[in-house]
Amino acid sequence: MSYVAPKETYSGTVYPVTIGTGGKSVTIGGENALQFHSFEGTMPNRPLVAYEIQDVPPEDWPENVKKVFDGVSDCPVKWAKYCQDELKARAIALRLIGTHPDREDRSAEDAAKTVRDVLAAIDVPLIIMGSNHAEKDASVLVAAAEAAKDRNCLIGKAQEANYKTIVAAAMANDHKLIALSELDINLSKQLNILITQMGFDKERIITDPMSSALGYGLEYSYSVTERIRLAALTQNDQIMQQPILCDIGMYVWKVKETHAAESDQPQWGPAEERGILWEAESATAMLMAGAEMLIMRHPKAVAAVEALIDELV
Amino acid sequence: MLIIGEKLSIIAKRVREAMMNKDKGPIQEIAIAQANAGAGVIDANIGPAEDGGEELMQWMVTTIQDVVQLPVCLDTTNFNAIEAGLQVHNNDWGRPMINSTSNDPERFPILELGVKYNAQVIGLTVGKGGLPADAEERCAIAAEIMGRAMEYGLPLEDLYLDPLVLQIATSQDHARHVIEAVSMFQSMNEPPMKTIVGLSNVSNGCPKHLRPILNKHFFVLLENAGLTCAIADAKEMAEVGHDRQMILDVLAGKEIEDKAKMTEIKKTLDVIMGRTLYAHSYLEM
Repeated sequence: MSYVAPKETYSGTVYPVTIGTGGKSVTIGGENALQFHSFEGTMPNRPLVAYEIQDVPPEDWPENVKKVFDGVSDCPVKWAKYCQDELKARAIALRLIGTHPDREDRSAEDAAKTVRDVLAAIDVPLIIMGSNHAEKDASVLVAAAEAAKDRNCLIGKAQEANYKTIVAAAMANDHKLIALSELDINLSKQLNILITQMGFDKERIITDPMSSALGYGLEYSYSVTERIRLAALTQNDQIMQQPILCDIGMYVWKVKETHAAESDQPQWGPAEERGILWEAESATAMLMAGAEMLIMRHPKAVAAVEALIDELV
Repeated sequence: MLIIGEKLSIIAKRVREAMMNKDKGPIQEIAIAQANAGAGVIDANIGPAEDGGEELMQWMVTTIQDVVQLPVCLDTTNFNAIEAGLQVHNNDWGRPMINSTSNDPERFPILELGVKYNAQVIGLTVGKGGLPADAEERCAIAAEIMGRAMEYGLPLEDLYLDPLVLQIATSQDHARHVIEAVSMFQSMNEPPMKTIVGLSNVSNGCPKHLRPILNKHFFVLLENAGLTCAIADAKEMAEVGHDRQMILDVLAGKEIEDKAKMTEIKKTLDVIMGRTLYAHSYLEM
């Protein structure tokens, strides 16, 4: 008897979501099988890796990733252009971290100006994120959404505590929306219901189930991501069929494995290579779990992930 | 089905205050209301009761039995408090129940009390390790507890197996594992093993308006699986009446006349059976 490979059949499809405008716009999602399972279904769109930049210089990034952007990271416009033109970024993720009250506490108007300036300099899609301070984000993201009107950006992150104003801003300015819940699949579903109850289309949401770095709870992020995707595909749960975002760089470059100098941890090997591997490995795991969009920092880690995607699609 | 009226729990503020002040009024009022609604046993949950547990349990048993002619379910982890309660329990109104033994060695001696005082014992299917993952693991633990009951001389007819109900909001899959375990437990002996659940934990953490809906549906599904006994709010369970047939009809794939009700039942059954993810607003979708 000849061997027949077992195949799963799925009842649901992930929504295709497009961000950006014109020739450089990008569509993610749209698959009707698990990520890279092209033998079980179709996967029309390649996962997207976006380069992370900030509105303020990356003083808190470890040297090995900060130095890559020396000379451009003092200005978000230069930084964005460098990622687009030199690194061939398919999308840019601007984190308005400088608006956080414990950081530079930049105003919503300042943030809006940064968004306008960056958008004027690039034609790839822009992801606009606040500082993850629920209260401040509500005002910052409203101003940013207005500043980015008509550019079909992805803005967020909307959370249970602040979703109403951010959803309204995304809706009024025709943007897509990131919905963040903290490693809880039931609350992720609940947030999607609440957002759609405001009249926001469920096909315009990107789900962020919250990421974690390898060694620091990655398995929780993996499991929640995978279960969300299985709910979309096997249960045909229409409120859970959004593409998934994995905001991995910010978690990876915080952990000691990406910081520690080789002189302090000789058994861990060269620090720079280690950090790159840590980011690439964490990102790869999340791709396998089902993430269609990754936000990353180190160009060599991005290159490694893109090469892997090349092989798998 | 036997209902153990659950409302006398130290977790409820009003009951806790009454226990602390030895104020019989609220305790007796709740006991009478549960009895009138059809409870066959009254639960007295005094928590861990590390200080003064013996005196408190005796006070609870006599306070309850002063006004209702029913047995009491002694619900605490304090061994001495259970024994003290059993000593004053009036067995003329039915045999007392003990909540609970388990597969944790610290809980084995509870079985001795069951034998010594002719009480019925609840066997919670958890061990010293983590929670059981599914119905099969619950059965494996149940077999251990049954073996130990026989060793201690407690007749299996006096043992109620409890599969441990978890919160649907955080442990959704366990709802159907519990229903399956209730079916499987019965086949572990002849005559079938008796089964019991702490029903309302299923909706713990859910919005207030959802709790009776989830509790009632879960109750009907468990009843359908052959459940012997539920620790539940007797008043809430008395309201199941007319809904029972509608829930069973929808479960059997039949159409019912009331379309709004049918949608509510379908969605709730889907959540309990794990066919769709739970969310606090699942009824609004």
